[in-house]
Amino acid sequence: MVELKAQTPFGELLPLHIGDMTVAARDLGQLTVLGVFDRAGLSKALEAAHGVALPEPLQSTAEGDAQCLWFGREEALLVGPTPDEALAKHAALVDVSDGWAVAELQGPGAEDVLARLAPVDLRDSVFEPGDILRSQLRDMPASITRTETGFLLLVYRSMAATLVQELRRAMEAVASRR
Amino acid sequence: MRIECPICGSRDRREFYYRGDAIALARPAPDAGDDVWDAYLHLRDNPAGETRDLWQHEGGCGAWLVVTRDTVTHAVHAVELASDVKRAMA
Amino acid sequence: MRIAGRGLVNRDKPVSFTFDGRRYDGFAGDTVASAMLANGQRLMGRSFKYHRPRGVLSAGSEEPNALVTTGVGPASEPNVRATMQEIYEGLAVRSQNAWPSLDLDLMAVNDLASPFLGAGFYYKTFMWPRKFWKHVYEPVIRRAAGLGRLSGGPNADAYEKAYAFCDLLVIGAGPAGLMAALVAARAGADVILAGEDALMGGRLNAENEHVDGQPGHAWAAGVVAELATMDNVRLMPRTTVTGVYDGGMFSALERVNQHRARRGEGAPLECFWRIAAKQSILAAGALERPVAFANNDRPGIMTAGAVRAYLTRWGVAPGKQVAVFGNNDDAHRTARDLAAAGVHVAAVIDSREGVSMEGADFPVLRGAVVCNASGRKELESVTIRTAGGEHKIQADCLAMSGGWNPSLHLTCHLGGRPTWEPDIHAFVPTPGAVPGMHVAGACNGTFSTHGCLAAGVAAAENALEALGRKPEPMDLPQADDAPYNLKPLWSVPGKGRAWLDFQNDVCVKDVQQAAAENFRSAEHMKRYTTQGMAPDQGKNSNVAALAVLADATGRGIAETGTTTFRPPYTPVAIAAMGAGGQGKGFAPERLTTSHAASLAMGAPMVEAGLWYRPSYFPRGQERNWRQSCDREVGFVRKTVGVCDVSTLGKIDIQGPDSAKLLDLVYTNKFSTLKVGKVRYGLMLREDGFVMDDGTCARLGETHYLMTTTTGAAGEVMRHLEFVTQCLHPEWQVHLTSVTEQWAQFAVAGPKSRELLNGLLEQPIDNDSFPFMACGSERLGGVAARLFRISFSGEHAYEITVPARYGAALFDLLVARAEALEGGAYGMEALNVLRLEKGHITHAEIDGRATAGDIGMERMVSDAKDCIGKTMSERPGLRDPERGQLVGLRPVGAVKQLTAGAFLFEAGAEARRENAQGYTTSVGFSPDIGTFIGLAFVMRGRQRHGEVMRMVDHLREIEAEVEICAPVFVDPEGGRARG
Repeated sequence: MVELKAQTPFGELLPLHIGDMTVAARDLGQLTVLGVFDRAGLSKALEAAHGVALPEPLQSTAEGDAQCLWFGREEALLVGPTPDEALAKHAALVDVSDGWAVAELQGPGAEDVLARLAPVDLRDSVFEPGDILRSQLRDMPASITRTETGFLLLVYRSMAATLVQELRRAMEAVASRR
Repeated sequence: MRIECPICGSRDRREFYYRGDAIALARPAPDAGDDVWDAYLHLRDNPAGETRDLWQHEGGCGAWLVVTRDTVTHAVHAVELASDVKRAMA
Repeated sequence: MRIAGRGLVNRDKPVSFTFDGRRYDGFAGDTVASAMLANGQRLMGRSFKYHRPRGVLSAGSEEPNALVTTGVGPASEPNVRATMQEIYEGLAVRSQNAWPSLDLDLMAVNDLASPFLGAGFYYKTFMWPRKFWKHVYEPVIRRAAGLGRLSGGPNADAYEKAYAFCDLLVIGAGPAGLMAALVAARAGADVILAGEDALMGGRLNAENEHVDGQPGHAWAAGVVAELATMDNVRLMPRTTVTGVYDGGMFSALERVNQHRARRGEGAPLECFWRIAAKQSILAAGALERPVAFANNDRPGIMTAGAVRAYLTRWGVAPGKQVAVFGNNDDAHRTARDLAAAGVHVAAVIDSREGVSMEGADFPVLRGAVVCNASGRKELESVTIRTAGGEHKIQADCLAMSGGWNPSLHLTCHLGGRPTWEPDIHAFVPTPGAVPGMHVAGACNGTFSTHGCLAAGVAAAENALEALGRKPEPMDLPQADDAPYNLKPLWSVPGKGRAWLDFQNDVCVKDVQQAAAENFRSAEHMKRYTTQGMAPDQGKNSNVAALAVLADATGRGIAETGTTTFRPPYTPVAIAAMGAGGQGKGFAPERLTTSHAASLAMGAPMVEAGLWYRPSYFPRGQERNWRQSCDREVGFVRKTVGVCDVSTLGKIDIQGPDSAKLLDLVYTNKFSTLKVGKVRYGLMLREDGFVMDDGTCARLGETHYLMTTTTGAAGEVMRHLEFVTQCLHPEWQVHLTSVTEQWAQFAVAGPKSRELLNGLLEQPIDNDSFPFMACGSERLGGVAARLFRISFSGEHAYEITVPARYGAALFDLLVARAEALEGGAYGMEALNVLRLEKGHITHAEIDGRATAGDIGMERMVSDAKDCIGKTMSERPGLRDPERGQLVGLRPVGAVKQLTAGAFLFEAGAEARRENAQGYTTSVGFSPDIGTFIGLAFVMRGRQRHGEVMRMVDHLREIEAEVEICAPVFVDPEGGRARG
């Protein structure tokens, strides 16, 4: 009997502490893309099975261990649970748990760090906890969510090392100004 | 330049992929004839003024967009989801 | 010379620096220019063309003369304006464009040769002989002319780029900008205030004026302090807004650490900002214009406003005997301020008749002009022309003012043209030139402090209205409202060269000569004389040059034209614009799960798009890559090889209309594919040429998994999204990239099944898992997918597991393969294996190949429409004369074939018009024992057996080759099925 040992996307690269800021890997459990065919039906099924509604664009919903992130046009990401089979009637379900590297950036200056990497407006007046967007971190396709404690960043797993390198550079630059 | 994505809001131009004239939505029938296909694929106006082009918010939500803009003033007049525009054509 | 009790420098903080190795002392708050003037050092540079000695002209970013080099070695930075560089302890400054030294510059011989070096001299002088241009004239000119030099070494400094967003961007932190920012900030708007100077306040720091009963600089400091406490305000000192772009985008350069020696880990030298602002206020002030007269470039001659700035801001008297020359009341302030500070004013020379200057205890000459200046490295005297004749007066500094030009540059960046305003004899911004931009203060031609404060309020109110906010009521601070009163004076007639453009050494006579040679348009004059084309972009000279041109051509200034300003307002280092893009920052690196293992095995990595893939895996005795590659090819042909193919694009396609989508985008049918089967598919662009190829598996009734080539994954995904959103939004189908989800490995070779059966929980055989089958399997307790497909032509599989298990599976597969006398193979072997089978890559489907060209015209199904089908039937795309894919074998003793070489019929001359085709891919086949290749040859499929000559003109390689079928190994394809 063979055994396959699992590896995390960031391995030893995280956590990283620079100045008063920290970036750490996050394991959110199962990640499932929901390709929406029927919004109303899917939202109902989601609420019934996982307690979360289908989020509006640029929003996320959460209930207990389940989170649902808006993830693009006609697309959401179910975070945490294994999707209930009933969802398949209303959406394409695609397991992408291993496709994304997930990290959280925290600390004073986190917003300034992201201002060096993404061309999007993340001021707390316009981007509040629970808000989410799809953009690019440098040239890496990314999803950015503001959490109560920082920013949740998702990039392609293959780019995990580049994300850490870019975050390090931006964090050092921001820390040097403080 | 900024484009107001109907889904994501105002975003920097670098998140968008530019394709070309929105005529691409009107794919001719296979037997429409050489002239129609030639016009569809190759013949383009070069107006000083309003154009409608297709962009994709590739670095964002992934939606294809029809952007109406002015080549002289660079003003963006309207941005619509290409899927909505195509449905309305039917 | 420093004046006690004056200036805003910190006298408690002495700072020393060096200039050309000599130590100078100044204070915190000094610029290189102010500190050098305080030390009595006037000479700061040599001019571009004539190597004339030059001193500082201005006190701001428009400085044309005092360009220096800071730093040493690779960190040195040329063309730094001494007026902008703040001093810090240990700063090393060097002069530039002088040899052997600033004081003794032998290239100043150019100055003597100046009669031959006027406008257009090199167009006329260096015409013949033609070949001299490249090897004689150009190198000589380049050595003699020019400004600072780059070190040539890689720049180790850090730079950064950043984005900022605001409701209102205020550009300029003088009275108008500060007032506007204050009004907007108090109304709750998100405000960014960007000021070029280290110290906000603009002219309030340079003038001897009161605002609201306080000294101007103190009022400014108070406003800045209030703004600094507000959460909705971002103050950006040392930040020049350099460009205006569409949709409310601005670029700005922040000199983050240029004023500090110690910067700390990763601290950037400069930051290049992109600012998105809903509204903007331009409050960029105005630039004082010099007057052109003979030798007006002598060190010690500067603008009158700069003299006041050095006096008031830095507590420095730029001379002991200062003469003041002007055509407006503003110049009088300079004389008054100097006298009040105890500096000797030699005379005020006012070109206007009958102006009054009450209470002056210095000579005031009315209706007089300065017509010449003496003193080569330092001003010694000026010659004054009055109605009574000419006479010299002693002066070591001349403060001159030809009036002020509004800094309207940014209003022209979107194509706007300025408007001539006859009242102030200057261009002003044309209203509405930039959508959402309000213009306030001196940059709009309002020159009094009172007027600037009022304009700041008005601009802020307009911006707030557009933002849907209401201003709080506020009293306008009391301030000076002196009139300006200008009578134009552009140049003083007379003998000798009178400078317009100091930075590019363009004189009045050059512009006149341009007009005489019929370069009468402003744009032609500019290019012929190079006026305005130096790094300062003519900030000091454009209007005066236009005026001289207008005079020479008998037109008014407005009629003569305007100048166009483009970004950047001031020079921006490429390093700042490209910040973060050096080395590994150039593009993201995509690493496979086997990356670390490949490196540990010594594999050199090659880039494939953004991915890094192992080229080959060297072993002990192998001396070169070919030996490794040959061995790895042998693994696959004889035992079993393992290769990471995770980089291929994988697209999960689900929904009731999935089959319709695939039938439309592939030339062949996928609706007929059975669940559990894989099919090779060919995809065309709508113009009929091949876009990509790959396999597609049917995992369920409404569920497919498409693979693309590594390089075209993004393009194919975009294409599929286009088809589903733009052509068939009514279809229910969803696309998800799962490239990253799955680690995928090819297991190829006669022993591939043996290897897999040692791992899979349910072993397979040829019946349960025939060629082109796919299915779900398990190994090591993990759900895997297995595909029986072959790029090598051998009995082969591709197995995929969730990426977290990729590294473990790769190690396992390689270990098992090695136990079977096989092992890992890299890109080199992969390429040889596919070449031996004639399988195409993007070397063949390079955007110009049709299905017919690659011998796949039968894959374009007659039974259905597909993208590209109609256009692929165009006669030109079906022309039998088109190149057709063939194989190539060497004839005789051939050492090497090369890709990109041309093919010629035996005996034909190797010229373009004789080319019969070209090679696309080559490699050494260990099986065949020679090089083999693929090529496109006209009517190639009918020419198998024909011998041609391959000629690679670039690498100078020739070989005789035989055209053959593009399959070298196992032409019947039995091995893959076995």
